[in-house]
Formats: sequence, structure tokens, C-alpha cells
Amino acid sequence: MSSEERFIRRKRRKSFPLFGGRSYQTRLNRHHSQWRILAGPIVSVLLGSLITTLPFFSDLPILPPFGFMIFIAWRLLRPGMWPMWVGLPFGLFDDIFSGALMGSAALTWSITMLVAEFIDSRIIWRDHMFDWLIASMFITIYLIASLHIISMVQTPPNIWIIIPQLLFSIALYPLVVRFCAAIDKWRLDR
Amino acid sequence: MAAPNNRRPGFSRKAQFTIFATYVLTISGAIVGGLLLLISILDPKGFSALRIVGAEATAPISRFFNSIRRTVSDGSENMSFYWDAAAKNKAMSRKIKALEKENFALQITKLENDTLKPLIEIMQNDELDIITTGRLISTSASSGRKFALISVESTHNIEAGQPVISDDGLIGRITEIGLTTARILLLTDTGNVVPVIRLSDGLAAFSTGKADGSLLIKPLNLGVNPFNKGDILVTSGNGGLYPPNIPVAKIIRKLDDSGLARPMADPATTDYSTILRIYDPTANAEIEALKQAAELSENSAVIP
Repeated sequence: MSSEERFIRRKRRKSFPLFGGRSYQTRLNRHHSQWRILAGPIVSVLLGSLITTLPFFSDLPILPPFGFMIFIAWRLLRPGMWPMWVGLPFGLFDDIFSGALMGSAALTWSITMLVAEFIDSRIIWRDHMFDWLIASMFITIYLIASLHIISMVQTPPNIWIIIPQLLFSIALYPLVVRFCAAIDKWRLDR
Repeated sequence: MAAPNNRRPGFSRKAQFTIFATYVLTISGAIVGGLLLLISILDPKGFSALRIVGAEATAPISRFFNSIRRTVSDGSENMSFYWDAAAKNKAMSRKIKALEKENFALQITKLENDTLKPLIEIMQNDELDIITTGRLISTSASSGRKFALISVESTHNIEAGQPVISDDGLIGRITEIGLTTARILLLTDTGNVVPVIRLSDGLAAFSTGKADGSLLIKPLNLGVNPFNKGDILVTSGNGGLYPPNIPVAKIIRKLDDSGLARPMADPATTDYSTILRIYDPTANAEIEALKQAAELSENSAVIP
């Protein structure tokens, strides 16, 4: 296969309408490993959702929502990497393991993607601190919304029970970003 | 990092449609999530099969890390025994001496009881009906709901509603069952209401979880708050799910019209948990029958 042919083929593959592909062609003779590019972020979010299967026993819901945090860390670190609809599949996976009602994360994560898209169109150049602020806002709203969804089916727990979890999550967010950045480095290695 | 420019289509009709399609997909994704949520609000057990498959698939991971956690915490506990050993030894010897005296008095009372009970014909059913034992392997530690997963050899005889206890007291009741795991609704979940009585005088009350590790104890007759710090509550056996006289909680603070209590059993320090048979199966059958009748008569009815 000649290099022109290969170029045309890749271009066709990239033009599948639901994925925002790259609009330019690399001129280097080295290529990224496709599975690394795809798998790194996806697996990290799924593992984040699976954290609850580890034996943490706590009275308060103190464990930060790692799945959601890794999800928004990737979204803010690499806007446009994922198609906008990924909130649904990731959210459904999280719902299976979180113990919350089925569909709650699917809903909130989808809305998160929409809001992130809106933020991207308004605030284009952001630094890490600003991303942290946006992520803190996301986490706060997400935790409060999750609690409200729970209270739709049973006696609402006191809203203050999420405060320690919230502070933990916000404080841990930079670490989560470092974790994602490390995966990103590995992912784009060639 | 700034967003890539593929969200700004310019004049390309195809690019415009692509962006439109992703928006449509995302919004319909949110709607699908909302619908699923609605279904699970109307029928909380609806997706239990999916959750159980997930729990079964990840149970080996949980078991593995749980055994590590147990080994580590055992080690640190053993080390802590050596700390200040002489003083502890002294205090313990003193306690044992005091207890021996008390034990003697208790033995006499027991003997007296055994002779008196047949006289007043009280049915005494001290034997608990054990189905199986298992280990707690994980909890929903990041959610406002309080579930735990118990790992057992087989879930052959296990059914929803059965109480789970540890050596210290009540832990919760079974809600969903898989092949080697079962999901427990913990005592501290806000959806778990347990009829209890005060050990000292049999005062009837209800215990409700607060989702923060404590329980709210509400007396049956409102108006006066009879609870004091240190009161011990046990299951009453009313309602038919829990057998009577299982320790539930200890009052730690007196509130306006109720008591704040701490559960006797802590899932984190529980070695083995025991699943018991439902105390009075007919009671549960009646509830199920009522639920089914209500569902038949009114399809849209929500039964909590």
C-alpha cells in the first residue's frame, strides 16, 4: 500500500461523523499506538468507578467519587478528546458499582459533558487553577444532585453528610489531574 | 488546554451536521439516563440483576484486598497489645476479679429463672436460626446510600429480607442476591427502619439510619423523650423480619424528641457475619401479598 493510499484510508476512517477526528495529518514517520490513545483514558475512568469494590468501610460517604473526578479531569485536560455523548456509557458503568440509583450518574455525567462544552466555548484559555475551580464546581453540584436523587426514593439524609467527602474530593482533584497527565504522557508516547 | 477548533465548523455543511449530531446524541443520552432513573425510582429492584452481575464480577478483587486489609489490621492490632502492657494487665486482672463476683450472682439468677420460667409458661426461643456465615467485602463508601456486599459460599437458602448479624449486633438485612455474594441494606441507611425496644424496660421505639453512621431512635409514643445516654436497644421482633433480642444500638445523645444512637456492630471491624432466617416468614409473606395486591390495583403506585 502506497503512502498516499494509506493517507486516504486514514482520512476516510477519521471522517466517521460521530467522532471529532484530527483535521491535519502527521508528517512524522512515527505513529501513536491507537489502542493506547483510546484505552488509557477509558480504562482510568472505569477503574475510578470500580474503587468502591475495594474494602472501604466507612460510616460517612467519605470516599470521593473517583470515577467522576477522573472523568472531568480528562474532560478539562483534553477537551475534544472524547465525543460529547460519552457521559452516558461511563455513567451507566458507574451506576452499576456506586450503589446509587440506576441512571443517576448516566444523567448527571451527560449533563456535565454539555455544561463542559458550554464552558469551553466561553472560557477558552484556562490555567490549572481555573480548571480546579471549574472541577470543584462540578463536584459540588454532582454530590448535591446525587444526594437529591437518593432522597427521591427514601428519607433524605442530612445535606451535611457530604461536606467531608466534598472537601476531600476538591483537595484530591489536583492529584487526580496529575494521575491523568501521567497516563496522557504514556498514551501519547511514540 | 484550549479546545480544538473542530467545534467551529465554518461553512462546511458536513462539519455543522456532525456537531449538531453530537449535541442530539448527548441530550438524548441525558434523557435516557433520566428515564432509567425514573424506572429505578418506580421500581428500585428493577436493575438489581445488572448490579449483581457487576458485584459478582468484581467480588474476587474485593475478597483479595479484604484479606490483605484484614492481615494488616490484625498485625497493627497485635502490636498495639504490647503498648503499655503492664498497666493494661493490671486493669484487666482487677476487672476479671470484679466480673467473677458478678458472674456468680448471674449464675444464681439464671438458675432461678430456669426454675421459674416453666411456671409462667414463657416460650423462650434463645436459639437463632442460622442459615450461613460470610464476610463483608465492600460497602458503598462513596454514595449516600448504605449498602454492603457479603461474600458467602452459596446463596442457596438466602432470600431478601433476611437479617444479617455479627457478634456485636445487627448489621442490616439482605436486599439482593447473586451467586456468591448478597447485597445488604445496612442499619445506617435512611431507608432501613427497625422496630426496637429498650433493654432495661422494654420501651418500644423505631430506629432509622441517618446515613452518617448514627441512628435516630424515635419512641412509639411521642411527646416525652424517655431516652438517656447509655441506653441499650435491642430488636423487638415486631414486624416479623428480625428475631427479638439482637443488640442494635446504644444511645449516645438525647435529642429534642428522640435519641441519637450508635450501632453496636461496626461493619469495618466485623470478622464474620451471620445470615439468619426471617423470624416470622408469614409476616413477610403477608407484606409481599399486600404489595402485589397494591401493584395490581394501581399500576402507577409507588410502594416504598
